[in-house]
Amino acid sequence: MTVTVEKPAPAPDTERSARSLVDAVFRAREISIAGALVLLVLFTWVAEPRFLNDQGIKDLLLNAAILVLLAVGQSVVVITRNIDLSVGSVVGLSAFACGKFVSGTDHGVLTVLLLGVAVGAVCGLVSGSLVSFGKVPALVVTLGMLYIIQGLDYWWAQGEQINAADVPQSVLDLGSGSVLGLPYLPLISVLVLAGTAYVLRTYRSGRELYAIGSSPEAARLAGVPIRRRVLAAYLFSGAVSGFAGALWLARFGTVVADNAHGWELTVVSAVVVGGVAIVGGTGTVWGAALGALLLTTIGSALAVLKVDSFWADAIAGALLLAAISVDRIVNVRMTRALRKRSAR
Amino acid sequence: MKPRWDTAVGVLLVAVFVTGLGTTDGFASRDNLAFAFNDIAEVALMALPMTLLVVAGQVDLSVASMLGLSSALTGELWDKGWAFETIVPVVLLVGVAGGLLNGWLVTRVGLPSLAVTIGTLALYRGLASVVLGSNAITDFPETYAKWAVDTTTVPGTFLTYPVALFIVLAVIAAVVLHSTGLGRSLFAIGAQEDAAYFAGIRVKRIKLLLFVVAGLVSAFAGVVFTLRYGSARADNGQGFEMLVIAAVLLGGVDFDGGKGTVFGAVAGVLLIGVLKNLLTLNDVANEVQVIVTGLLLVASVLTPRMITTVSAWRHRRAATTS
Repeated sequence: MTVTVEKPAPAPDTERSARSLVDAVFRAREISIAGALVLLVLFTWVAEPRFLNDQGIKDLLLNAAILVLLAVGQSVVVITRNIDLSVGSVVGLSAFACGKFVSGTDHGVLTVLLLGVAVGAVCGLVSGSLVSFGKVPALVVTLGMLYIIQGLDYWWAQGEQINAADVPQSVLDLGSGSVLGLPYLPLISVLVLAGTAYVLRTYRSGRELYAIGSSPEAARLAGVPIRRRVLAAYLFSGAVSGFAGALWLARFGTVVADNAHGWELTVVSAVVVGGVAIVGGTGTVWGAALGALLLTTIGSALAVLKVDSFWADAIAGALLLAAISVDRIVNVRMTRALRKRSAR
Repeated sequence: MKPRWDTAVGVLLVAVFVTGLGTTDGFASRDNLAFAFNDIAEVALMALPMTLLVVAGQVDLSVASMLGLSSALTGELWDKGWAFETIVPVVLLVGVAGGLLNGWLVTRVGLPSLAVTIGTLALYRGLASVVLGSNAITDFPETYAKWAVDTTTVPGTFLTYPVALFIVLAVIAAVVLHSTGLGRSLFAIGAQEDAAYFAGIRVKRIKLLLFVVAGLVSAFAGVVFTLRYGSARADNGQGFEMLVIAAVLLGGVDFDGGKGTVFGAVAGVLLIGVLKNLLTLNDVANEVQVIVTGLLLVASVLTPRMITTVSAWRHRRAATTS
């Protein structure tokens, strides 16, 4: 052990610098993803200028909008050291339910969105009750829910398809329209994102979600109503997924039963790439949203660069592994540095 | 004696089987049984290493992607004119390499296996598409295909060769898990990893070994799948990881680690297989089968929990009234 001859710094200072170090590392995570994103976009833009024309930007944002929403919902669950694998099925069911509801009628946009939210919320309520009150492992329950919801969706649809022609124009306008050149869908995603980020960062209940994820036992002893908070997290994730299903209908118009089939793992990847630890307690929804944006942008960039789309999955996987490995290494270093500081 | 969940699943399996014999024409025929069990051969094979992993508190979500990668490689190499006898060892080596990568990231870098294998799930599936694109290689000769299809059975039985292999491997897995020191170590690691480490168990090495075995078996399952369907495609077995995990958990293996039996996992796999076959024979739509799988899975974790809660409540009531 090396002996340092430095004078010991006054205690509050050490504390502050330790905290700012922690802060810096976590902010560094979001900055590094944003950096990777900028590099990717610049590189693609140089290689193919059409990537960033009006339509190109619009496509990028539209492609990301739904995944960003789902990532926001998923992060809230993952922060509490749980997971929701049923999101893909919920999107499918909600999109189909909304499509069935509006086809041939002229229901307002708001009704459709509310219906989507309601369908998702019911699914989230069931998963959440099982996890929080049944005290059964989240992965197993939500995997079961994935099958149950998917099965219900297939059963209901019986191979039927909702066509854009049956969907009222007002709903389709939500998917394709824009205000001040910005399409509605990404705007909606950003609103949900900002709202969630604010609640998680500022409200007591938001902070309690982090407490539960860091150490459920400690949170319980500190008087955090764990069951209620976890239930609320699932309810939120379900409602957001249902909402995303309604937006799916607005964006694509055409809906089949297996929409968003298999998206659950993409969503979890986006969240983890964005720095929300799978073991809970850390990460922000901003990071998760950036992760989602990065994943969809990689897909679009590969398409523009005429790289075989076959590479997209492999790159997404490698990126996820790199992100969590770097995270871990930084984390270990930081813990060591903090320990050294407090030892002094 | 306390009722055990794996016994309950075993009983349920027998009950479903007997119901099938009584109610469904053609269920008991040799051809149908050969088909029913062969139809879940790959899931069954991958469920064995998965059982060991979950008992040790780990999970491998990349198994089905490894199956796909192995299938794509088998197809591509066959298309290039390699002999089947050289393809198989090469593919198995790739499986070992994939398992090593998973294990290395988990044990050396120290990452949670769930996150790592979500990453390799995408990575291996992606590599499979890179290898084969959207092509399908289908010209596998009968000489090799006959070892995997359900029309060839081990003489005198309704067991196909993949199923026979599964039985052998299941016995090996059961012996390893339940009657060797290594098996005890797995339970110890799953129950309390730090305690296991301080008790002198080589935690990292054992975990690495488990991931390698999972990779190897999944790669082999890829070869079986390819021959069984006579088709090598990059998206072969997509989504199987969920089915494998569902089967293992249905068999009462505790996802939090430290609890479970190979018998339970095997019963879970067979229950899913037999149910699927029975429902199909009775013209029950595929979507209902999906719902049944989901309900079974939720019930498999909820029922033991409810039994404990109810019995604890009874104890408490008995204590207060006396």
